[in-house]
Amino acid sequence: MYYRCFLLVGVLSVTSLLATTVVTGKGLSAKPGASSEQAESYTPPRTPDGQPDLQGFWTNQTYTPLERPDDVTKAFYTAEEVAAIEQGRAQRETAQTVPGTIPDVHYDFTQFGLDRNQSVFASSARTSLIVEPSNGKLPPVTAEGQRRASDVAKAREEMGGRWDSAENNQLDDRCIIMRGAGPPMLNAGYNSNYQIVQGRGYVMILVEMIHDARIIPLDGRGKPSPKIGQWMGMSRGRWDGDTLVVETSNINGKNPLQGSSTHMRVTERFTRVADDTIRYRFTVEDEATWETPWTAEMPMKKTIGPLFEHACHEGNYGLYNTLVGARLEEKRAAEETVQQERR
Amino acid sequence: MRYRSIVVTIVAAAVFMMAGVFWIAVTTATAQELAFRAPRTGDGKPDLNGIWQVLNTAHWNIEPHAAGPSVVRELGALAAVPGGHGVIEGGEIPYRPAALAKRNENRANRLTLDPAIKCYLPGVPRATYMPFPLQIIQSEQHIMILHEFAGAVRTIYMDNHMEAPADSWMGWSNGRWDGDTLVVATTGFNGMTWFDRAGNFHSDGLHVVERFTARSPETLQYDVTIDDPNVFTRPWTMSMPLYRHVEPNAELMEFRCVEFVEDLIYGHLRKQPDR
Repeated sequence: MYYRCFLLVGVLSVTSLLATTVVTGKGLSAKPGASSEQAESYTPPRTPDGQPDLQGFWTNQTYTPLERPDDVTKAFYTAEEVAAIEQGRAQRETAQTVPGTIPDVHYDFTQFGLDRNQSVFASSARTSLIVEPSNGKLPPVTAEGQRRASDVAKAREEMGGRWDSAENNQLDDRCIIMRGAGPPMLNAGYNSNYQIVQGRGYVMILVEMIHDARIIPLDGRGKPSPKIGQWMGMSRGRWDGDTLVVETSNINGKNPLQGSSTHMRVTERFTRVADDTIRYRFTVEDEATWETPWTAEMPMKKTIGPLFEHACHEGNYGLYNTLVGARLEEKRAAEETVQQERR
Repeated sequence: MRYRSIVVTIVAAAVFMMAGVFWIAVTTATAQELAFRAPRTGDGKPDLNGIWQVLNTAHWNIEPHAAGPSVVRELGALAAVPGGHGVIEGGEIPYRPAALAKRNENRANRLTLDPAIKCYLPGVPRATYMPFPLQIIQSEQHIMILHEFAGAVRTIYMDNHMEAPADSWMGWSNGRWDGDTLVVATTGFNGMTWFDRAGNFHSDGLHVVERFTARSPETLQYDVTIDDPNVFTRPWTMSMPLYRHVEPNAELMEFRCVEFVEDLIYGHLRKQPDR
């Protein structure tokens, strides 16, 4: 896949390729390139029917941004820099609960699990999740992608205020899907937990947020009809040595990833590189949005189970009550206008 | 005349013999089914992996019921209720008198009160016999039951059994093997789910014990005992087969119904109601 991505990129400079190799060589578990799996010294345990065993509870909770910050020019921070960044973020999260502020009322970030630093999280020295292009940034957006982005922005303006209707809210506020549900599975603000179970012919990945279960067949079946578009697309998996490779297409485009289109294909590679670590690497191809494919990588760390039922929609009093509140405010404002006119 | 009676006799004898052969075939099949030994997983357990679905009318009404009209007039015959023998041993749910009154009230107002109409997680055992497939993905420690409807998920813990850490819609399930039968005990329900579209209900005191047994390569026997002293005078049992989806491209599709019910739940709160 990595080679195929290179072929598609076509004009990746030798210099940047070398730079990537040199820099990532210092990384925690990061060894990019097609030879990385063979170079791994760790042999994952096997399931009773002989598959590499990826099962258990995992998290990819991280402070690492998707794109490299503008003022950072290297691919990896030093251990001291990582510690300082993580400490700073933890302090900021705790400081969100100033009494009387909205975050304090809405979420108490000192509660275990709502912040990112009290539970297991996937610490990484990377300055960005994106490893390719090697500048750690998303590739340039195509003309079609730019046009789509401006169409979306225009449609958003025309649809009115956030509290005019349920549909005007974000997908996660509506409990339809989380932005990072994937594929690719980007971490959520909290609860970025996953459960992997392997049965005969299938791998199941349960995403805790909104209980999204990804059921991945490994039987080599063909791609579904392009007439089918789903929120999480449709996935087909296979083993490449000890690496689980999952290819996903048929995405309906209603939960775009950084402006992606319905043509997006995602190839994920799950490699268990230690008892407590899966290297999660994915490549996004979408000619309708980006001039080249792009690849990101992050660790998934073993965490403690179980996952709890995330019945988001069932308990969505927030959306209901804010709509009720908005209509009441409008009613009150209208009544005040009538009274002022009478005076 | 005589010739004709001979022909009749021969035909009758042939029919009788064929019936006999058929009867033997049927009893043999049943015996084979009873003696069916499920294929094994890598860890030597009966292999229940697959995509399964019921073929009955339990989702309309788990009790015996005749056909009836749709609760939504506009849907005409498309949402009319097909009749069925029900799936309950003894044919009747042993409700306490006050609970029976509540069931009848539920039934009269099912269009607005049925929690599944709002795409809420359907609970257990209702999720098993809704008209949607479920998939079993089986490992040693965890057996997943994944439902197409609302993407409902159950994890059955085969070890580390514990009390439900919190109440939930789909409950907390601890499983064990009893010979070739998977036995799942589920508690920790929030009491907000129903058994069917006919208003049959339970409380948060619900205790469900399900038994999954492979009865042939393509069918599972599903027996479920319901206990809820708040609502019923005694435990009672439902039984039905689950059928395997044998088409090679069978796959659970997304049925992310939250999107489909937004207008139903929030539509009256729009700034411009006609939009």
